[in-house]
Amino acid sequence: MPSTDTLFNQRIDSRRRRGKVMAGVLFVCTILGLVVLATLIVDVVLTGAPWLSREFITGFPRSTAEASGIWPAIIGSLYLMLVVAAVAVPLGVGAALYLEEYARDNWLARLIQININNLAGVPSVVYGILGLGVFVYLFGFGNSLLAAGLTLSLLVLPIIVISSQEAIRSIPQGVRESAYALGATRSQVIWSHVLPIAMPGILTGVILSLSRAVGETAPLVLVGAALAINFTPAHLLDEFTAIPMLIFQWTEEPGVAFRELAAAAIIVLLAFLILTNLTAILLRNYLEQERSA
Amino acid sequence: MADAKADPQRKPSSSEASSPQTSSPAASNSTASGTGNAPTRKAVPEAPRTLTPGPRQGPQPKTKIEVKDLQFWYGDTHAIKGVTMNIPAHQVTAFIGPSGCGKSTVLRCLNRMNELIPDTRMEGTIRVDEQDIYADEADPVMVRRRIGMVFQKPNPFPKTIYKNITWGAKINGYQGDYEALVEESLRKAALWEEVKDRLHTSAYNLSGGQQQRLCIARALAVKPDILLMDEPASALDPIATAKLEETIVELKQDYTIVIVTHNMQQATRVSDRTAFFYVGELVEMGDTEMLFTRPSDEKTDAYISGRFG
Ligand SMILES: Nc1ncnc2c1ncn2[C@@H]1O[C@H](COP(=O)(O)OP(=O)(O)O)[C@@H](O)[C@H]1O
Ligand SMILES: [Mg+2]
Repeated sequence: MPSTDTLFNQRIDSRRRRGKVMAGVLFVCTILGLVVLATLIVDVVLTGAPWLSREFITGFPRSTAEASGIWPAIIGSLYLMLVVAAVAVPLGVGAALYLEEYARDNWLARLIQININNLAGVPSVVYGILGLGVFVYLFGFGNSLLAAGLTLSLLVLPIIVISSQEAIRSIPQGVRESAYALGATRSQVIWSHVLPIAMPGILTGVILSLSRAVGETAPLVLVGAALAINFTPAHLLDEFTAIPMLIFQWTEEPGVAFRELAAAAIIVLLAFLILTNLTAILLRNYLEQERSA
Repeated sequence: MADAKADPQRKPSSSEASSPQTSSPAASNSTASGTGNAPTRKAVPEAPRTLTPGPRQGPQPKTKIEVKDLQFWYGDTHAIKGVTMNIPAHQVTAFIGPSGCGKSTVLRCLNRMNELIPDTRMEGTIRVDEQDIYADEADPVMVRRRIGMVFQKPNPFPKTIYKNITWGAKINGYQGDYEALVEESLRKAALWEEVKDRLHTSAYNLSGGQQQRLCIARALAVKPDILLMDEPASALDPIATAKLEETIVELKQDYTIVIVTHNMQQATRVSDRTAFFYVGELVEMGDTEMLFTRPSDEKTDAYISGRFG
């Protein structure tokens, strides 16, 4: 019998070396991405920070950069987010629950699933065109907060459905089985176990999609969001503007001042996103604690 | 019939003393073939009384669950190919057999859990207390409340110990005292002393054996009269297993218990009757002691002496 030492040509040194090279390459990839991102953020902050002031936050867009503020856009973005949260979250979570807990695994369910997966990859301009055709003209909502909110809701709906489905799917089958075995109905199982256990995962998807909705520009341009208005929207069918719209407009204006103002608006948008995420993360942690208590 | 002869040796179940003539030996001791239960049962209303005056022969335990010609398919897989058996009340019945032979499938038919799996089909009848649990008017939700189940892996809800027990009662509209229910259920499952000071902490902090006894307590809290257990000790260490087995034996005074186990020692320790399954069929069913000492089928013999499986 040959000794095992001769049976294996282990090449241990070259294998080790390869491992080290691999780790190095991956590290460089990580650093490259981070460096580019950090550069962008630092650049924006350095450019925009001097413009941040109370007047900027609470003011309205004007013809000069010095007099301009971002208030209507902050309110517009906030309202947009609320519309999306009110429309897309229940629809998305409901669809996910239906697909995971009720639908039989037939061709219809599979067709729906394939469509949802593909919709998640459709460019946002396409949703903008859809929103313009359906919500603005067909339903007659005009260039309103409602039309834009519904368009953004459609845009993020697939993300919410898919992430909720994943959260629901990851619940151990044993939890459902033991609930059914106690004489629970399907809706009792869903309300008492499936939803609470899936909630942190669902919230993660919701955070992602709300952030995505707040940062989108193209669909807003298409459904005709206003660029600069000097009032905050009073109702759902009112005209509105949003932070990305102002950034978009100010970068187009002649002169350095407006471009610096756009940087300031980007800082506000980033802060807005961080706040949203923070709220959701706190909520998620709270729910997780509730659950294990 | 081999197991008919064994009947007189069986300990009479005290709570069943009132029904000596309702079940003939054949009625409570059907084997795999399940031949001719109904005619025999009707034909002998007087005979036992005249032939057996003393308590020696003893009253037969009442049949609690009656399975007739059970067949089951997962898609195209014919998993259960005609099983007929009677499961006596207030006894522990063990299902043994090599893995994949259909023990769990039969067990899960007994409380209609299998119909939650899509693309499955069942044929045959299952009666509990003489009522067809698959009848049109039988609601699976009601069936499952009456027939509790404990699973292979301890699977408490991610809630407190207290809520684990009260949830089932609450969804079923329990009107009584919840505190008392929690204590009663935990005591029956032999867990009360260990957890009474931390009822409001997470069930996940319990050990595996404690979690499994919590699952038993949870099942008992909805007041079933049958308890189905699918390899309840397979994830537990020997000490927790011994404790669980003790609990099971205690419980049979109040409940009819069916336990699936791959552990033959366990079957002999806890069960009164044993059913041996092999590739989707019930090969033999009889008194546990008889089945393990003098099996009437050679496949049973081969299995219990460790020649396969
Ligand atoms: N959910 C399922 N889907 C498809 N086939 C299954 C499923 N559960 C069990 N089976 C099949 O049915 C047969 C019996 O399984 P089971 O009742 O789990 O056996 P046991 O509990 O005796 O190990 C096996 O062949 C198994 O592969
Ligand atoms: Mg099994």
